[in-house]
Amino acid sequence: MSNISRRKLITTGIAATAGVTGLAAADRIARSYGLIPPDGGGIYGPGETLTYAAQRLLTRHSIAREFPRSMISEKPFRNETAPPGEEFKRHQATGFSDWKLSVDGMVAHPTSFSLADLKGLPTHNQITEVACEEGWSYVAEWIGTPLHNVLDAVGVLPQARYVVYFSIEKDWWESIDMADATHPQTFLTMGMNDGELPVGFGAPLRLRVPRQLGYKSVKYITRITATDSLKHFGKGLGSASSEGGYAWYAGI
Amino acid sequence: MKLRPNQSASTHLQVVPQVRGPHEPVLVRGVEISLLKPGKAESQSTFFSRAEARQAPRIPGSFAPALCYPRRVSVTSSPQMQATRRHSALVRVTHWLTVISFLALLVTGGEIVISHPRFYWGETGNSGTTPLFKIPIPASRDTVPSGYNYVMPDQNGWSRYLHFEAAWVLVLTGLVYVIASLLNRHFSRNLLPSPADRNWRAFRNVFAKSLRRAPPDPASNDAYNVVQRTAYVLVIFVLFPLVIWTGLALSPAFDSVLPATVNLLGGRQSARTLHFFVTDLLVLFLIVHVAMIVLAGFWSRTRAMITGRINSSSERP
Repeated sequence: MSNISRRKLITTGIAATAGVTGLAAADRIARSYGLIPPDGGGIYGPGETLTYAAQRLLTRHSIAREFPRSMISEKPFRNETAPPGEEFKRHQATGFSDWKLSVDGMVAHPTSFSLADLKGLPTHNQITEVACEEGWSYVAEWIGTPLHNVLDAVGVLPQARYVVYFSIEKDWWESIDMADATHPQTFLTMGMNDGELPVGFGAPLRLRVPRQLGYKSVKYITRITATDSLKHFGKGLGSASSEGGYAWYAGI
Repeated sequence: MKLRPNQSASTHLQVVPQVRGPHEPVLVRGVEISLLKPGKAESQSTFFSRAEARQAPRIPGSFAPALCYPRRVSVTSSPQMQATRRHSALVRVTHWLTVISFLALLVTGGEIVISHPRFYWGETGNSGTTPLFKIPIPASRDTVPSGYNYVMPDQNGWSRYLHFEAAWVLVLTGLVYVIASLLNRHFSRNLLPSPADRNWRAFRNVFAKSLRRAPPDPASNDAYNVVQRTAYVLVIFVLFPLVIWTGLALSPAFDSVLPATVNLLGGRQSARTLHFFVTDLLVLFLIVHVAMIVLAGFWSRTRAMITGRINSSSERP
Protein backbone atom coordinates (compact mmCIF):
# COMPACT_ATOMS: atom_id res chain seq x y z
CA MET A 1 0.00 0.00 0.00
CA SER A 2 2.67 2.47 1.08
CA ASN A 3 4.73 1.52 -1.96
CA ILE A 4 1.95 2.25 -4.38
CA SER A 5 0.85 5.48 -2.80
CA ARG A 6 4.40 6.75 -2.58
CA ARG A 7 4.99 5.98 -6.22
CA LYS A 8 1.68 7.62 -7.06
CA LEU A 9 2.57 10.61 -4.93
CA ILE A 10 5.93 11.00 -6.66
CA THR A 11 4.56 10.64 -10.19
CA THR A 12 1.66 12.96 -9.43
CA GLY A 13 4.09 15.43 -7.93
CA ILE A 14 6.40 15.27 -10.93
CA ALA A 15 3.46 15.58 -13.32
CA ALA A 16 2.04 18.56 -11.42
CA THR A 17 5.43 20.29 -11.25
CA ALA A 18 6.04 19.63 -14.93
CA GLY A 19 2.56 20.95 -15.72
CA VAL A 20 2.99 24.14 -13.73
CA THR A 21 6.54 24.68 -15.00
CA GLY A 22 5.38 23.98 -18.54
CA LEU A 23 2.56 26.49 -18.26
CA ALA A 24 4.88 29.09 -16.73
CA ALA A 25 7.43 28.51 -19.49
CA ALA A 26 4.72 28.68 -22.16
CA ASP A 27 3.49 31.93 -20.63
CA ARG A 28 7.03 33.40 -20.61
CA ILE A 29 7.69 32.37 -24.21
CA ALA A 30 4.26 33.64 -25.28
CA ARG A 31 4.92 36.99 -23.60
CA SER A 32 8.38 37.41 -25.08
CA TYR A 33 7.05 36.65 -28.57
CA GLY A 34 4.06 38.95 -28.07
CA LEU A 35 1.48 36.20 -28.21
CA ILE A 36 -0.68 37.43 -25.32
CA PRO A 37 -3.44 39.85 -26.35
CA PRO A 38 -4.19 42.90 -24.15
CA ASP A 39 -7.52 41.31 -23.20
CA GLY A 40 -5.80 38.01 -22.32
CA GLY A 41 -6.95 38.12 -18.68
CA GLY A 42 -10.23 37.10 -17.08
CA ILE A 43 -12.39 34.05 -17.75
CA TYR A 44 -12.23 34.39 -21.52
CA GLY A 45 -8.47 35.07 -21.43
CA PRO A 46 -7.28 31.50 -22.10
CA GLY A 47 -9.47 31.13 -25.20
CA GLU A 48 -8.56 34.57 -26.46
CA THR A 49 -4.85 33.94 -25.90
CA LEU A 50 -5.00 30.58 -27.70
CA THR A 51 -6.77 32.20 -30.65
CA TYR A 52 -4.42 35.16 -30.91
CA ALA A 53 -1.25 33.10 -30.37
CA ALA A 54 -2.33 30.46 -32.91
CA GLN A 55 -3.23 33.14 -35.45
CA ARG A 56 0.00 35.04 -34.92
CA LEU A 57 2.05 31.89 -35.51
CA LEU A 58 -0.04 31.00 -38.58
CA THR A 59 -0.96 34.29 -40.19
CA ARG A 60 1.89 36.73 -39.73
CA HIS A 61 2.41 37.23 -43.46
CA SER A 62 -0.67 35.68 -45.02
CA ILE A 63 -2.70 37.71 -47.50
CA ALA A 64 -6.45 38.21 -47.15
CA ARG A 65 -8.50 36.89 -50.06
CA GLU A 66 -8.86 39.38 -52.91
CA PHE A 67 -11.71 39.16 -55.39
CA PRO A 68 -12.21 39.86 -59.08
CA ARG A 69 -13.83 43.18 -59.94
CA SER A 70 -17.01 41.33 -60.95
CA MET A 71 -17.55 40.32 -57.34
CA ILE A 72 -17.73 43.85 -55.96
CA SER A 73 -21.05 44.09 -54.11
CA GLU A 74 -23.65 46.22 -55.85
CA LYS A 75 -25.11 47.08 -52.49
CA PRO A 76 -22.38 47.54 -49.92
CA PHE A 77 -23.88 47.89 -46.49
CA ARG A 78 -22.80 50.09 -43.65
CA ASN A 79 -23.93 50.21 -40.09
CA GLU A 80 -25.29 53.50 -38.89
CA THR A 81 -22.75 55.50 -37.02
CA ALA A 82 -23.63 58.01 -34.33
CA PRO A 83 -24.58 61.41 -35.77
CA PRO A 84 -21.30 63.17 -36.55
CA GLY A 85 -19.99 65.59 -33.97
CA GLU A 86 -19.60 69.36 -34.52
CA GLU A 87 -15.93 69.04 -35.39
CA PHE A 88 -16.62 66.45 -38.09
CA LYS A 89 -19.43 68.60 -39.55
CA ARG A 90 -17.03 71.56 -39.84
CA HIS A 91 -14.54 69.37 -41.75
CA GLN A 92 -17.32 68.03 -43.94
CA ALA A 93 -18.42 71.60 -44.80
CA THR A 94 -14.94 72.45 -46.06
CA GLY A 95 -14.57 69.22 -48.03
CA PHE A 96 -12.08 67.81 -45.51
CA SER A 97 -9.42 70.24 -46.82
CA ASP A 98 -8.04 70.80 -43.31
CA TRP A 99 -8.21 67.14 -42.24
CA LYS A 100 -5.00 66.10 -40.51
CA LEU A 101 -3.59 62.72 -39.53
CA SER A 102 -1.09 63.10 -36.73
CA VAL A 103 1.38 60.25 -36.21
CA ASP A 104 3.20 60.21 -32.90
CA GLY A 105 4.41 57.99 -30.05
CA MET A 106 7.43 55.76 -30.59
CA VAL A 107 8.47 57.34 -33.87
CA ALA A 108 11.64 59.16 -34.87
CA HIS A 109 9.80 62.07 -36.51
CA PRO A 110 6.28 62.79 -35.24
CA THR A 111 4.44 64.15 -38.27
CA SER A 112 1.06 65.59 -39.19
CA PHE A 113 -0.16 64.52 -42.64
CA SER A 114 -2.77 66.31 -44.73
CA LEU A 115 -4.95 64.24 -47.05
CA ALA A 116 -2.88 65.65 -49.94
CA ASP A 117 0.31 64.39 -48.24
CA LEU A 118 -1.23 60.93 -47.91
CA LYS A 119 -2.37 60.93 -51.53
CA GLY A 120 1.23 61.74 -52.46
CA LEU A 121 2.40 58.43 -50.99
CA PRO A 122 2.32 55.31 -53.20
CA THR A 123 -1.34 54.39 -53.68
CA HIS A 124 -2.68 50.87 -54.03
CA ASN A 125 -6.04 49.24 -54.37
CA GLN A 126 -7.44 45.99 -53.07
CA ILE A 127 -10.78 44.25 -53.58
CA THR A 128 -11.49 42.67 -50.22
CA GLU A 129 -14.44 41.69 -48.10
CA VAL A 130 -15.71 43.56 -45.07
CA ALA A 131 -17.11 40.99 -42.65
CA CYS A 132 -19.11 42.33 -39.74
CA GLU A 133 -19.14 40.53 -36.42
CA GLU A 134 -22.95 40.43 -36.77
CA GLY A 135 -22.64 38.05 -39.70
CA TRP A 136 -23.16 40.12 -42.86
CA SER A 137 -20.52 41.07 -45.41
CA TYR A 138 -19.79 42.83 -48.68
CA VAL A 139 -16.94 43.06 -51.15
CA ALA A 140 -15.58 46.45 -52.22
CA GLU A 141 -12.55 47.96 -53.81
CA TRP A 142 -10.50 50.01 -51.36
CA ILE A 143 -8.01 52.61 -52.55
CA GLY A 144 -5.38 54.12 -50.32
CA THR A 145 -1.85 53.92 -49.10
CA PRO A 146 -0.60 50.99 -47.08
CA LEU A 147 -0.12 52.03 -43.45
CA HIS A 148 3.51 50.87 -43.57
CA ASN A 149 4.31 53.73 -45.97
CA VAL A 150 3.28 56.20 -43.27
CA LEU A 151 5.06 54.24 -40.55
CA ASP A 152 8.25 54.18 -42.68
CA ALA A 153 7.97 57.92 -43.32
CA VAL A 154 7.89 58.75 -39.59
CA GLY A 155 10.47 56.11 -38.64
CA VAL A 156 8.75 53.80 -36.16
CA LEU A 157 11.19 52.79 -33.45
CA PRO A 158 12.06 49.10 -33.25
CA GLN A 159 10.65 48.73 -29.73
CA ALA A 160 7.14 49.73 -30.88
CA ARG A 161 4.80 46.71 -30.70
CA TYR A 162 1.37 48.18 -31.36
CA VAL A 163 -0.22 50.91 -33.42
CA VAL A 164 -3.17 52.65 -31.77
CA TYR A 165 -5.55 54.58 -34.03
CA PHE A 166 -8.25 57.07 -33.11
CA SER A 167 -11.39 58.31 -34.82
CA ILE A 168 -12.41 61.95 -34.68
CA GLU A 169 -15.53 60.65 -32.94
CA LYS A 170 -15.24 60.32 -29.19
CA ASP A 171 -14.49 56.89 -27.65
CA TRP A 172 -13.78 55.24 -30.98
CA TRP A 173 -10.30 53.81 -31.11
CA GLU A 174 -8.61 50.50 -31.82
CA SER A 175 -5.13 49.06 -31.93
CA ILE A 176 -3.32 46.38 -33.91
CA ASP A 177 0.03 44.69 -33.44
CA MET A 178 2.98 45.41 -35.73
CA ALA A 179 2.30 42.26 -37.79
CA ASP A 180 -1.03 43.76 -38.85
CA ALA A 181 0.19 47.36 -38.90
CA THR A 182 3.00 46.61 -41.38
CA HIS A 183 0.89 44.12 -43.38
CA PRO A 184 0.69 45.13 -47.07
CA GLN A 185 -3.13 45.06 -47.06
CA THR A 186 -3.57 47.33 -44.03
CA PHE A 187 -4.61 50.52 -45.80
CA LEU A 188 -5.22 54.11 -44.92
CA THR A 189 -8.21 54.20 -47.24
CA MET A 190 -9.34 57.32 -49.08
CA GLY A 191 -11.24 55.87 -52.06
CA MET A 192 -13.78 53.14 -52.64
CA ASN A 193 -15.03 51.43 -55.81
CA ASP A 194 -13.22 53.78 -58.22
CA GLY A 195 -14.44 56.92 -56.47
CA GLU A 196 -14.11 58.97 -53.33
CA LEU A 197 -14.73 57.17 -50.07
CA PRO A 198 -18.32 58.01 -49.00
CA VAL A 199 -18.73 59.49 -45.52
CA GLY A 200 -20.89 56.53 -44.48
CA PHE A 201 -17.98 54.23 -45.23
CA GLY A 202 -15.44 56.31 -43.33
CA ALA A 203 -14.43 59.36 -45.41
CA PRO A 204 -12.11 61.06 -45.44
CA LEU A 205 -9.83 58.44 -43.89
CA ARG A 206 -10.54 54.89 -42.79
CA LEU A 207 -8.03 52.32 -41.64
CA ARG A 208 -8.84 49.03 -43.37
CA VAL A 209 -7.61 45.86 -41.66
CA PRO A 210 -8.95 43.19 -44.05
CA ARG A 211 -7.68 40.19 -42.08
CA GLN A 212 -9.88 41.15 -39.15
CA LEU A 213 -13.61 41.77 -38.70
CA GLY A 214 -15.16 45.07 -39.67
CA TYR A 215 -15.03 46.69 -36.26
CA LYS A 216 -11.22 46.93 -36.46
CA SER A 217 -11.59 49.15 -39.57
CA VAL A 218 -12.21 52.42 -37.74
CA LYS A 219 -13.73 55.35 -39.66
CA TYR A 220 -12.65 59.04 -39.63
CA ILE A 221 -9.03 58.49 -38.48
CA THR A 222 -7.21 61.55 -37.10
CA ARG A 223 -4.42 60.12 -34.99
CA ILE A 224 -2.04 57.17 -34.98
CA THR A 225 0.31 56.36 -32.10
CA ALA A 226 3.06 53.76 -32.01
CA THR A 227 3.62 52.22 -28.59
CA ASP A 228 5.32 49.32 -26.85
CA SER A 229 2.44 48.81 -24.40
CA LEU A 230 -1.32 49.29 -24.43
CA LYS A 231 -1.51 49.64 -20.65
CA HIS A 232 -1.86 53.40 -20.69
CA PHE A 233 -4.57 53.65 -23.32
CA GLY A 234 -8.01 53.76 -21.78
CA LYS A 235 -8.47 50.82 -19.45
CA GLY A 236 -5.48 49.03 -20.90
CA LEU A 237 -7.51 46.54 -22.92
CA GLY A 238 -6.23 47.86 -26.24
CA SER A 239 -9.39 49.25 -27.81
CA ALA A 240 -12.79 50.78 -27.24
CA SER A 241 -14.38 47.52 -28.41
CA SER A 242 -12.52 45.51 -25.76
CA GLU A 243 -13.77 47.96 -23.17
CA GLY A 244 -17.25 47.36 -24.58
CA GLY A 245 -16.84 43.60 -24.13
CA TYR A 246 -15.60 42.62 -27.61
CA ALA A 247 -12.40 40.76 -28.38
CA TRP A 248 -9.38 42.95 -29.14
CA TYR A 249 -8.16 40.52 -31.79
CA ALA A 250 -10.84 40.15 -34.43
CA GLY A 251 -9.12 37.90 -36.95
CA ILE A 252 -10.74 35.00 -35.02
CA MET B 1 -0.40 -8.63 -7.12
CA LYS B 2 1.32 -9.79 -4.01
CA LEU B 3 -0.24 -10.56 -0.72
CA ARG B 4 0.83 -8.05 1.83
CA PRO B 5 2.83 -9.48 4.70
CA ASN B 6 0.02 -9.15 7.20
CA GLN B 7 -2.58 -10.63 4.90
CA SER B 8 -2.16 -14.31 4.67
CA ALA B 9 -4.60 -16.37 2.70
CA SER B 10 -6.12 -17.60 5.92
CA THR B 11 -7.08 -14.12 7.07
CA HIS B 12 -9.06 -13.83 3.88
CA LEU B 13 -10.81 -17.05 4.37
CA GLN B 14 -11.84 -15.84 7.79
CA VAL B 15 -13.56 -12.88 6.21
CA VAL B 16 -15.62 -14.98 3.92
CA PRO B 17 -18.20 -16.26 6.43
CA GLN B 18 -19.19 -12.65 7.16
CA VAL B 19 -20.57 -12.32 3.69
CA ARG B 20 -24.32 -12.13 3.80
CA GLY B 21 -26.13 -13.55 0.87
CA PRO B 22 -28.24 -16.44 -0.21
CA HIS B 23 -25.32 -18.37 -1.56
CA GLU B 24 -22.91 -20.19 0.63
CA PRO B 25 -19.48 -18.85 -0.07
CA VAL B 26 -17.62 -21.39 -2.04
CA LEU B 27 -14.13 -21.95 -0.92
CA VAL B 28 -12.17 -22.70 -3.98
CA ARG B 29 -8.88 -24.38 -4.14
CA GLY B 30 -5.88 -22.42 -5.12
CA VAL B 31 -6.84 -19.27 -3.28
CA GLU B 32 -3.75 -17.52 -4.49
CA ILE B 33 -4.67 -18.02 -8.10
CA SER B 34 -8.09 -16.49 -7.60
CA LEU B 35 -6.57 -13.55 -5.80
CA LEU B 36 -4.17 -13.03 -8.62
CA LYS B 37 -6.97 -12.77 -11.15
CA PRO B 38 -9.66 -10.66 -9.57
CA GLY B 39 -11.01 -9.55 -12.94
CA LYS B 40 -12.05 -13.08 -13.87
CA ALA B 41 -15.30 -12.90 -12.01
CA GLU B 42 -16.38 -9.70 -13.68
CA SER B 43 -18.50 -9.83 -16.76
CA GLN B 44 -16.60 -8.43 -19.68
CA SER B 45 -18.25 -6.02 -22.02
CA THR B 46 -16.97 -4.95 -25.37
CA PHE B 47 -17.08 -1.38 -24.11
CA PHE B 48 -13.96 -1.99 -22.14
CA SER B 49 -10.74 -3.24 -23.61
CA ARG B 50 -9.11 -6.24 -22.07
CA ALA B 51 -5.99 -4.23 -21.43
CA GLU B 52 -7.98 -1.70 -19.43
CA ALA B 53 -9.78 -4.41 -17.49
CA ARG B 54 -6.46 -5.99 -16.59
CA GLN B 55 -5.22 -2.73 -15.20
CA ALA B 56 -8.45 -1.99 -13.42
CA PRO B 57 -7.80 -1.07 -9.82
CA ARG B 58 -9.07 -3.51 -7.26
CA ILE B 59 -11.74 -2.21 -5.01
CA PRO B 60 -10.57 -2.32 -1.39
CA GLY B 61 -12.65 -4.72 0.66
CA SER B 62 -13.67 -6.82 -2.28
CA PHE B 63 -10.84 -9.23 -1.79
CA ALA B 64 -12.78 -12.12 -0.32
CA PRO B 65 -15.98 -11.89 -2.34
CA ALA B 66 -13.83 -12.02 -5.41
CA LEU B 67 -13.60 -15.70 -4.68
CA CYS B 68 -17.24 -16.32 -5.41
CA TYR B 69 -19.04 -13.20 -6.54
CA PRO B 70 -18.51 -10.63 -9.25
CA ARG B 71 -15.96 -8.21 -7.93
CA ARG B 72 -18.11 -5.09 -7.73
CA VAL B 73 -20.82 -6.69 -5.63
CA SER B 74 -20.61 -5.31 -2.13
CA VAL B 75 -21.02 -7.81 0.69
CA THR B 76 -24.49 -6.60 1.63
CA SER B 77 -26.03 -6.30 -1.80
CA SER B 78 -27.90 -8.86 -3.79
CA PRO B 79 -25.56 -11.16 -5.64
CA GLN B 80 -27.77 -11.07 -8.76
CA MET B 81 -26.73 -7.48 -9.39
CA GLN B 82 -24.11 -7.52 -12.04
CA ALA B 83 -22.04 -4.45 -12.73
CA THR B 84 -20.63 -4.19 -16.19
CA ARG B 85 -17.86 -1.81 -17.09
CA ARG B 86 -19.29 0.23 -19.87
CA HIS B 87 -17.39 3.48 -20.51
CA SER B 88 -13.67 4.04 -20.13
CA ALA B 89 -12.44 7.07 -18.17
CA LEU B 90 -11.31 8.69 -21.42
CA VAL B 91 -14.78 8.36 -22.96
CA ARG B 92 -16.45 9.70 -19.82
CA VAL B 93 -14.19 12.74 -19.39
CA THR B 94 -14.24 13.69 -23.09
CA HIS B 95 -18.02 13.09 -23.24
CA TRP B 96 -18.78 15.59 -20.47
CA LEU B 97 -16.24 18.14 -21.71
CA THR B 98 -17.96 17.90 -25.09
CA VAL B 99 -21.37 18.34 -23.44
CA ILE B 100 -20.24 21.47 -21.61
CA SER B 101 -18.48 23.05 -24.59
CA PHE B 102 -21.22 22.09 -27.06
CA LEU B 103 -23.95 23.65 -24.89
CA ALA B 104 -21.83 26.79 -24.47
CA LEU B 105 -21.31 26.93 -28.25
CA LEU B 106 -25.02 26.39 -28.87
CA VAL B 107 -26.20 29.15 -26.53
CA THR B 108 -23.58 31.67 -27.64
CA GLY B 109 -24.01 30.73 -31.30
CA GLY B 110 -27.73 31.40 -30.91
CA GLU B 111 -26.96 34.79 -29.39
CA ILE B 112 -24.63 35.65 -32.27
CA VAL B 113 -27.27 34.62 -34.84
CA ILE B 114 -29.83 36.88 -33.13
CA SER B 115 -27.71 39.90 -34.11
CA HIS B 116 -28.40 39.06 -37.77
CA PRO B 117 -31.02 36.30 -38.11
CA ARG B 118 -30.80 36.28 -41.92
CA PHE B 119 -28.90 33.72 -43.99
CA TYR B 120 -27.42 34.06 -47.46
CA TRP B 121 -25.73 31.94 -50.08
CA GLY B 122 -22.47 32.81 -51.82
CA GLU B 123 -19.71 35.15 -50.80
CA THR B 124 -21.59 38.19 -49.55
CA GLY B 125 -24.93 39.10 -48.05
CA ASN B 126 -26.29 41.90 -45.90
CA SER B 127 -29.41 43.80 -44.94
CA GLY B 128 -29.47 45.31 -48.42
CA THR B 129 -29.53 41.98 -50.27
CA THR B 130 -32.09 39.18 -50.54
CA PRO B 131 -31.61 36.47 -47.94
CA LEU B 132 -31.83 32.74 -48.64
CA PHE B 133 -34.10 32.56 -45.60
CA LYS B 134 -34.53 34.33 -42.32
CA ILE B 135 -35.44 33.22 -38.84
CA PRO B 136 -38.67 34.99 -37.90
CA ILE B 137 -37.41 36.60 -34.72
CA PRO B 138 -36.50 40.18 -33.80
CA ALA B 139 -32.80 40.98 -34.15
CA SER B 140 -30.51 42.37 -31.47
CA ARG B 141 -29.33 45.13 -33.84
CA ASP B 142 -31.62 47.86 -35.07
CA THR B 143 -30.12 47.96 -38.59
CA VAL B 144 -31.48 44.50 -39.43
CA PRO B 145 -34.86 44.48 -41.18
CA SER B 146 -36.49 41.81 -39.02
CA GLY B 147 -40.09 42.94 -39.47
CA TYR B 148 -40.45 43.60 -35.76
CA ASN B 149 -40.50 46.89 -33.93
CA TYR B 150 -38.49 45.36 -31.16
CA VAL B 151 -34.74 45.07 -30.74
CA MET B 152 -33.52 42.13 -28.66
CA PRO B 153 -30.94 42.64 -25.92
CA ASP B 154 -27.48 42.55 -27.47
CA GLN B 155 -25.31 39.76 -26.01
CA ASN B 156 -22.72 39.53 -28.78
CA GLY B 157 -19.61 40.55 -26.84
CA TRP B 158 -19.41 37.83 -24.18
CA SER B 159 -21.14 35.39 -26.54
CA ARG B 160 -18.31 35.71 -29.03
CA TYR B 161 -15.62 35.44 -26.35
CA LEU B 162 -17.25 32.30 -24.92
CA HIS B 163 -18.02 30.84 -28.36
CA PHE B 164 -14.36 30.79 -29.35
CA GLU B 165 -13.13 29.67 -25.93
CA ALA B 166 -15.63 26.78 -25.93
CA ALA B 167 -14.58 25.97 -29.51
CA TRP B 168 -11.00 25.51 -28.28
CA VAL B 169 -12.20 23.17 -25.51
CA LEU B 170 -14.28 21.19 -28.02
CA VAL B 171 -11.52 20.92 -30.61
CA LEU B 172 -8.80 19.95 -28.10
CA THR B 173 -11.14 17.45 -26.38
CA GLY B 174 -12.06 16.01 -29.76
CA LEU B 175 -8.40 15.65 -30.73
CA VAL B 176 -7.57 13.78 -27.51
CA TYR B 177 -10.63 11.56 -27.93
CA VAL B 178 -10.04 10.72 -31.59
CA ILE B 179 -6.31 10.04 -31.25
CA ALA B 180 -6.73 7.94 -28.09
CA SER B 181 -9.69 6.06 -29.55
CA LEU B 182 -7.72 5.18 -32.66
CA LEU B 183 -4.81 3.99 -30.55
CA ASN B 184 -6.85 1.90 -28.10
CA ARG B 185 -9.17 0.66 -30.87
CA HIS B 186 -12.30 2.06 -29.17
CA PHE B 187 -13.56 3.07 -32.63
CA SER B 188 -13.02 -0.24 -34.35
CA ARG B 189 -14.25 -2.26 -31.38
CA ASN B 190 -17.26 -0.26 -30.23
CA LEU B 191 -18.28 2.25 -32.87
CA LEU B 192 -17.64 0.96 -36.38
CA PRO B 193 -20.51 -1.32 -37.37
CA SER B 194 -19.23 -4.88 -37.60
CA PRO B 195 -18.86 -6.17 -41.18
CA ALA B 196 -21.90 -8.42 -40.76
CA ASP B 197 -24.02 -5.39 -39.90
CA ARG B 198 -23.01 -3.22 -42.83
CA ASN B 199 -26.24 -3.71 -44.74
CA TRP B 200 -29.79 -2.42 -44.79
CA ARG B 201 -31.13 -5.66 -43.30
CA ALA B 202 -29.25 -5.02 -40.08
CA PHE B 203 -30.63 -1.49 -39.96
CA ARG B 204 -34.15 -2.71 -40.67
CA ASN B 205 -33.89 -5.32 -37.95
CA VAL B 206 -33.06 -2.70 -35.33
CA PHE B 207 -36.00 -0.52 -36.32
CA ALA B 208 -38.35 -3.47 -36.70
CA LYS B 209 -37.49 -4.74 -33.24
CA SER B 210 -38.06 -1.33 -31.80
CA LEU B 211 -41.40 -0.95 -33.62
CA ARG B 212 -42.54 -4.38 -32.47
CA ARG B 213 -41.61 -3.26 -28.97
CA ALA B 214 -39.57 -6.40 -28.63
CA PRO B 215 -37.83 -6.76 -25.27
CA PRO B 216 -34.36 -5.28 -25.44
CA ASP B 217 -31.60 -7.60 -26.41
CA PRO B 218 -29.48 -8.34 -23.33
CA ALA B 219 -26.54 -7.53 -25.57
CA SER B 220 -27.67 -3.88 -25.67
CA ASN B 221 -25.95 -3.37 -22.34
CA ASP B 222 -22.68 -4.56 -23.73
CA ALA B 223 -22.57 -3.18 -27.25
CA TYR B 224 -24.22 -0.61 -29.46
CA ASN B 225 -26.43 -1.80 -32.28
CA VAL B 226 -25.72 -0.87 -35.88
CA VAL B 227 -28.00 2.22 -35.86
CA GLN B 228 -26.34 3.59 -32.74
CA ARG B 229 -22.90 2.92 -34.17
CA THR B 230 -23.76 4.62 -37.44
CA ALA B 231 -25.15 7.66 -35.62
CA TYR B 232 -22.05 8.03 -33.45
CA VAL B 233 -19.69 7.55 -36.39
CA LEU B 234 -21.58 10.20 -38.40
CA VAL B 235 -21.48 12.66 -35.51
CA ILE B 236 -17.80 12.07 -34.72
CA PHE B 237 -16.41 11.82 -38.25
CA VAL B 238 -18.81 13.93 -40.32
CA LEU B 239 -20.82 16.47 -38.33
CA PHE B 240 -18.18 17.65 -35.85
CA PRO B 241 -15.46 17.99 -38.52
CA LEU B 242 -17.96 19.88 -40.69
CA VAL B 243 -19.03 22.25 -37.94
CA ILE B 244 -15.37 22.97 -37.14
CA TRP B 245 -14.53 23.49 -40.81
CA THR B 246 -17.49 25.81 -41.49
CA GLY B 247 -16.68 27.71 -38.31
CA LEU B 248 -13.02 28.15 -39.20
CA ALA B 249 -14.11 29.35 -42.65
CA LEU B 250 -15.68 32.36 -40.92
CA SER B 251 -12.27 33.50 -39.65
CA PRO B 252 -10.86 36.04 -42.12
CA ALA B 253 -7.34 35.50 -40.77
CA PHE B 254 -7.52 31.69 -41.05
CA ASP B 255 -8.90 32.08 -44.60
CA SER B 256 -5.92 34.26 -45.46
CA VAL B 257 -3.65 31.27 -44.78
CA LEU B 258 -5.89 28.61 -46.35
CA PRO B 259 -8.36 30.31 -48.73
CA ALA B 260 -9.73 26.90 -49.75
CA THR B 261 -11.28 26.66 -46.27
CA VAL B 262 -13.97 29.12 -47.32
CA ASN B 263 -13.76 28.91 -51.13
CA LEU B 264 -14.60 25.19 -51.19
CA LEU B 265 -17.79 25.95 -49.26
CA GLY B 266 -18.90 28.49 -51.86
CA GLY B 267 -18.01 31.68 -50.00
CA ARG B 268 -18.29 33.29 -46.63
CA GLN B 269 -22.08 33.50 -46.44
CA SER B 270 -22.47 29.91 -47.64
CA ALA B 271 -20.04 28.86 -44.90
CA ARG B 272 -22.12 30.72 -42.31
CA THR B 273 -25.34 29.13 -43.56
CA LEU B 274 -23.75 25.66 -43.58
CA HIS B 275 -22.40 26.27 -40.05
CA PHE B 276 -26.01 26.89 -39.02
CA PHE B 277 -27.36 23.78 -40.83
CA VAL B 278 -24.69 21.45 -39.43
CA THR B 279 -25.43 22.84 -35.97
CA ASP B 280 -29.10 22.00 -36.55
CA LEU B 281 -28.15 18.41 -37.36
CA LEU B 282 -26.04 18.22 -34.20
CA VAL B 283 -28.98 19.54 -32.18
CA LEU B 284 -31.20 16.91 -33.82
CA PHE B 285 -28.69 14.26 -32.75
CA LEU B 286 -28.65 15.71 -29.23
CA ILE B 287 -32.45 15.53 -28.98
CA VAL B 288 -32.62 11.93 -30.23
CA HIS B 289 -29.63 10.96 -28.06
CA VAL B 290 -31.26 12.31 -24.90
CA ALA B 291 -34.65 10.82 -25.86
CA MET B 292 -33.04 7.38 -26.28
CA ILE B 293 -31.33 7.72 -22.92
CA VAL B 294 -34.65 8.55 -21.28
CA LEU B 295 -36.22 5.49 -22.95
CA ALA B 296 -33.35 3.22 -21.92
CA GLY B 297 -33.38 4.42 -18.32
CA PHE B 298 -32.12 7.96 -17.78
CA TRP B 299 -30.36 7.49 -14.43
CA SER B 300 -28.79 4.15 -15.17
CA ARG B 301 -27.35 5.42 -18.48
CA THR B 302 -26.30 8.78 -17.05
CA ARG B 303 -24.73 7.09 -14.06
CA ALA B 304 -22.90 4.80 -16.45
CA MET B 305 -21.42 7.83 -18.22
CA ILE B 306 -20.32 9.23 -14.85
CA THR B 307 -19.11 6.15 -12.97
CA GLY B 308 -18.29 4.01 -15.99
CA ARG B 309 -20.41 1.09 -14.77
CA ILE B 310 -23.89 -0.10 -15.48
CA ASN B 311 -26.00 -2.41 -13.33
CA SER B 312 -27.65 -4.92 -15.59
CA SER B 313 -30.42 -5.82 -13.15
CA SER B 314 -31.41 -2.21 -12.64
CA GLU B 315 -32.33 -1.88 -16.29
CA ARG B 316 -35.91 -1.34 -17.14
CA PRO B 317 -37.38 -4.28 -19.00
